[in-house]
Amino acid sequence: MLYRETGQYKTSYSADQAMFPILQDRVGLVLILIVAFVGVPMVATQYTYTGILIPFLILALAAIGLNLLTGYCGQVSLGTGGFMAVGAYAAYNLVIRVPDINILLAIFLGGGISALVGVLFGLPSLRIKGFYLAVATLAAQFFLDWLFIRIKWFSNYAPNANAPDLVIFGVSFSSPLERYLFVLTIVCFMALLAKNLVRSRVGRAWMAVRDMDIAAEIIGIRLLHTKLLAFAVSSFYCGVAGALWAFVHLGAWEPLTFDVNRSFQVLFMVIIGGLGSILGSILGAAFIFAIPILINQVPATFGMPISTALAAHLEGMIFGSLIIFFLIAEPHGFARLWQIGKEKLRLWPFPH
Amino acid sequence: MTSSGRVIGDTLLKIENITLSFGGVRALSDVSFDVRKGEIRAIIGPNGAGKSSMLNCINGFYHPQKGQITYKGTVRQQMRPHEAAAQGIARTFQNIALFKGMSTLDNIMSGRLLKMKRGFFWQALYWGPAEREELEHREAVEKIIDFLEIQAIRKMPVGKLPYGLQKRVELGRALAAEPDLLLLDEPMAGMNVEEKEDMCRFILDVNDQFGTTIALIEHDMGVVMDLSDRVVVLEYGQKIADGTPDEVRSNQKVIDAYLGVPH
Repeated sequence: MLYRETGQYKTSYSADQAMFPILQDRVGLVLILIVAFVGVPMVATQYTYTGILIPFLILALAAIGLNLLTGYCGQVSLGTGGFMAVGAYAAYNLVIRVPDINILLAIFLGGGISALVGVLFGLPSLRIKGFYLAVATLAAQFFLDWLFIRIKWFSNYAPNANAPDLVIFGVSFSSPLERYLFVLTIVCFMALLAKNLVRSRVGRAWMAVRDMDIAAEIIGIRLLHTKLLAFAVSSFYCGVAGALWAFVHLGAWEPLTFDVNRSFQVLFMVIIGGLGSILGSILGAAFIFAIPILINQVPATFGMPISTALAAHLEGMIFGSLIIFFLIAEPHGFARLWQIGKEKLRLWPFPH
Repeated sequence: MTSSGRVIGDTLLKIENITLSFGGVRALSDVSFDVRKGEIRAIIGPNGAGKSSMLNCINGFYHPQKGQITYKGTVRQQMRPHEAAAQGIARTFQNIALFKGMSTLDNIMSGRLLKMKRGFFWQALYWGPAEREELEHREAVEKIIDFLEIQAIRKMPVGKLPYGLQKRVELGRALAAEPDLLLLDEPMAGMNVEEKEDMCRFILDVNDQFGTTIALIEHDMGVVMDLSDRVVVLEYGQKIADGTPDEVRSNQKVIDAYLGVPH
C-alpha cells in the first residue's frame, strides 16, 4: 500500500530506463539528500562528523569501488587497502612536489594513479579466477604496504605523512561540518557516476563477464579489456577514497591505516551490503559504522553499560556471525532485503 | 508469415578439410561443407560426432590444426570469439549460457554491446548522446522481445525463468546482434512439443523475415527434415553425407549410423 506502483504508467522507454522509475523512490531519494545536506548539519555534533559520518562516507566510496570490481565484474579483490594507499600517497606527493596544485585535482589525480596501479595488478585476472585472483590481489596489498613503509620518499622522509590544509578555490574546509559537506558532495557525485556506469553498456559488459565469461566472449566482449577497465575504475574509486581518508579524515597518517585489515573491512561492507548493488555498498558501510554505536549505546540506555573491551569483542562476534549468515542466507545482502521489503510493502497492510 | 521472399545466395561460409584433435583424440577429421547465404543448414549426427566442435571452430573457440574456413570470401586462420562476433557470427549454446544475474531485458541488450559506440565517460554521465543511444537500442531490443513474445518476462532475472523461456531469451540475445550467420546448438533440446513448435516457428521467421543464415545442430529428426534446406551428417568426426533432407534420409550410411549395422 505504501509502495504502490499502480497508476504510474510509463509511456516512453526513457521513463522506463530511468534510474528510479518509481515515484516513491524518487521522493525517498530527495528526502535522504535533504536530510544529509540540511537535516544532519542542524543536529550533528563534532564527534558525529569526525567519528562517524566522515569515515562512513569515505569507506562507502571505497565500498562502491570494490563493488564495481567484485560485485559487478566478479573479480575478487583483497587489495582495496593497497589501492587506497596509492591514492593517498600519490595525492600527498602531488601536493608537496607540485607547487600550487589544486587539492581537489590532487585528490582525483591520486585516484587516477591508483587506477593505473590497479590495471597493473589486474593483469593476472585474465588467467586466474576466484580464490587464486584473491591471493594475487592480496600480494598486491602486501607489496604496496611494504612499498610505503620501506621507501621513505613516498612519505617525504617523515614517520607520518601530514595532509595539507584543505583550501580549494579559496574556500577553506577546516571545520568538521565543512569537511562533511565536502566529502558528502564528492561521494554523492561519484555514486551517481557509478550507478550510471552499471546501468549502461559498460556495466552490462562487466556483469556478462561475471555471470558467464564464455558467453560474454561470444557476444563480442574482449575479456581482458573489460576486466582491466573494471580494475581501473574500481581502483580509481578506492584511490579517491584513500586520498579523502588521508586528507579529510585523518590529517596525519601512517601506512598501517591502509593495511590488509582495511581491505577486509571494505570487503565485509560489500558482502553485508550486497554484491552487485551501489545502494548495498552504502548500506553495508552504514551498518559497519552503526553496529559499534549500537553496542555502546543500547546496553547503556537499559542501565547496563559495558566495558570497551567487551564491546570490541562483541563487535567482532556480531560481524563474524553476520557475515556467515549473509553468505549462507542472502548473498545479495541488505540491498536484496531492502528490495524484498519493498515488494512486501506494495500490499502491506492488506493481505491482497 | 508465409515463406515468400526467400533467396538462397552465394556461399557465405566455406569449411575445407577441417581437422581438429585434442591430444590423441580426433574430434573432426577432414570435414568440408559450405553454408549458403540465406539458407537453413542443419548439422546432425549421433552423440560425440563432432557437431559442437564444428560450431566451436566456426566461431573461434577452437583452432583446427588443419584446413581452412572462408567466411564472407576471406580466409581466416586463427580467430578469437569476439572477432567472430564483430564479423556478424552469433550463437546459442547447447546448455544455456545466459547471464543469470541479469534481467531478460539486460541479457538481450547485452547482445547489442558491439553496436553501442559511445565512450566510457559519456556512459558515466548517462546524458545526451549516451542516453539517446541507450534508448535507440532499447527500441531495437523491444522489437526482438515482441518478436519472441516474451514481453511479460522483460524485467525478470533469467535465472528464475523456466528452461524453454531461457532458450528463447538466449535466441533473443543472439538476434540482438543482428547477425549474418546464426549458429544454434540444439535449440530444441529438452523441450516439450509445444515449445518445440514455437521454437521452429521463430527459427523459420528469423530466416524468412531477417534473411539470417542459420546453421543449426539438432537431434529431433522430424524438426531437422522440416526446417532445413540442406543437411550435413557427421559420424565419429567424419562427414558421411551432405544434401537435401530427402537425399540424406535415404542415404544408406546415415541409416546405418542412426539405426546401427548388424555385425
